[in-house]
Amino acid sequence: MAVYKKTYRPYDGALTPSFTRFLVIPRYAFEEMRKSRFLTIFFIASFINPLVCALIIYVQHNASALNLLGVQNAGRLISINTTFFMNFLGWQSMLALFLAAFTGPGQVSPDLANNALSLYLARPFSRVEYVLGKMWILIVLMSLMTWVPGLLLFMLQAYLEQGWTWMQANTSLAVGIFVGSWVWLLILALMALALSAWVKWKPAAGALMFGVFFVAAGFGVAINGVQRTRWGHLLNISALIGSIWVQLFGANPAENNGGMFFRMPQGQELPLWCCWTALGVLCLICLYMLTRKIRGMEVVR
Amino acid sequence: MDPVIELDGLEVRFGNRAILKNLKATLTGRSIGLLGPNGAGKSTLINTLLGFHKPSSGTARIFGRDVRTHMREVRGLIGYMPENDAFIASMSGVRFVRLMAELSGLPPEHALERAHEAFFYVGLGEVRYRALGTYSLGMKQAAKLAQAIVHGPKVLFLDEPTNGLDPPARLRMIALIQEIRDRGDLHLLLSSHLLRDVEECCDEVLILKDGNIAAFCNLEEERRANRRFLELETRGGVDGAFVEAVEFARRYLPQSHGDCRWPSIRKPTGRMTAR
Repeated sequence: MAVYKKTYRPYDGALTPSFTRFLVIPRYAFEEMRKSRFLTIFFIASFINPLVCALIIYVQHNASALNLLGVQNAGRLISINTTFFMNFLGWQSMLALFLAAFTGPGQVSPDLANNALSLYLARPFSRVEYVLGKMWILIVLMSLMTWVPGLLLFMLQAYLEQGWTWMQANTSLAVGIFVGSWVWLLILALMALALSAWVKWKPAAGALMFGVFFVAAGFGVAINGVQRTRWGHLLNISALIGSIWVQLFGANPAENNGGMFFRMPQGQELPLWCCWTALGVLCLICLYMLTRKIRGMEVVR
Repeated sequence: MDPVIELDGLEVRFGNRAILKNLKATLTGRSIGLLGPNGAGKSTLINTLLGFHKPSSGTARIFGRDVRTHMREVRGLIGYMPENDAFIASMSGVRFVRLMAELSGLPPEHALERAHEAFFYVGLGEVRYRALGTYSLGMKQAAKLAQAIVHGPKVLFLDEPTNGLDPPARLRMIALIQEIRDRGDLHLLLSSHLLRDVEECCDEVLILKDGNIAAFCNLEEERRANRRFLELETRGGVDGAFVEAVEFARRYLPQSHGDCRWPSIRKPTGRMTAR
């Protein structure tokens, strides 16, 4: 056992660079998360779909494997194209929503409930770094579920197809997977933190997260029905994301209206700039909510 | 001596309400007391020095660094022990203090070593692996002190460090503060509404009242001049009770305590510190 001298001594050693200091928060958070068996199982289970997709890609390019399975014509049934990757991303993004709803509410609310923010912010550590550190936790986990396996599948397909030539011809797929995932991850992370900062009861914050996505979408459909309009879809975040994915993947909107769970109903598409603006406004609202709550000391006027 | 804290016309307003009003002072002591009744602006002053509140006008400097423009640098010099409970209940004590040290910029291995040291120093060595939520009030106060000193600050802000402590725990806390003060490695700013705490730990005192500086003096010099603080407190709603008490003290105390200066009396009832 280490023996410690009972004395106070000033610190004159080296300090870590200030731009990496926000990474302290995710490091501690990951250690805490590892203790949750449910989260660990959920996280591991989220890789089943990428593995299945990798298997499909492999089998598609392996004639002997197709013969062995007796499905020589499977290549015609499942083609590795924009729809395949968009559906993959849709499925993984829905899992990311669940992950954000489970882990997000536990990020800021304990610090607020225990008045710990004043201790974080009394150090050479800003509010932006705090939010960035907390967002980093969600973004790393959700990245491992979405664009990282997505790009690996893209590379596997490129390797098994014609290599560099196929990759060049389908750059829009990689862009769609990467940028499309980041748009979704940023919205999820910001929303999870904003709700965590305002709703201190974790289950309520998690439920609210689902509410924003599903109840708001239902409300939007109701508006469309009553008002005979399509602008109600502005409240449907998954439909907005679907429209943006179609653009980013370079897909034809007439043939493809988004990925699994993230589709804008055919014939009711909104202008793309409206979709981007609506999501931008949502992000700004979340940032405003965070700015109001993430303070060293709350002022009662 | 170089000033530790300079208040240069510092004013803080919350909405239309002025909390700190044009404070001007240069504090140079090794251990500075911030004294005043509840609501005098002590915590607001500390929070402003920490950058939690923006000054409406004027500014403050810590070791010559302006809190308006060099906040990050200023925070690197400060160790802060807040008044209220502030910790993450589910974390073990040593892990929490280590986290705070790392956020101050200490590399992980140094942070861990110093977290252990700080815990032993404040007398919580035996319970350092227990979750903070299970600590008693006195232990929580000591843990707050540990996280405030873990990164070796140049100036330590202690906001009501004896709040809610029973007499033995209070004595232990005061002894720790005195020990830190006597080592001379850092400066202290101790905020309290208890005259006794300030008298026992500080060599300079700034008395705040209604956001103004009511008095500022060097306790050492006052002690050498055989002056003492006297805390007058009147209870009950009888108008003029406070005036009567002051008059009584004015009449009788100078005979036994030599020179005695009295503050201006504004309120007919309430609590006031006179010297």
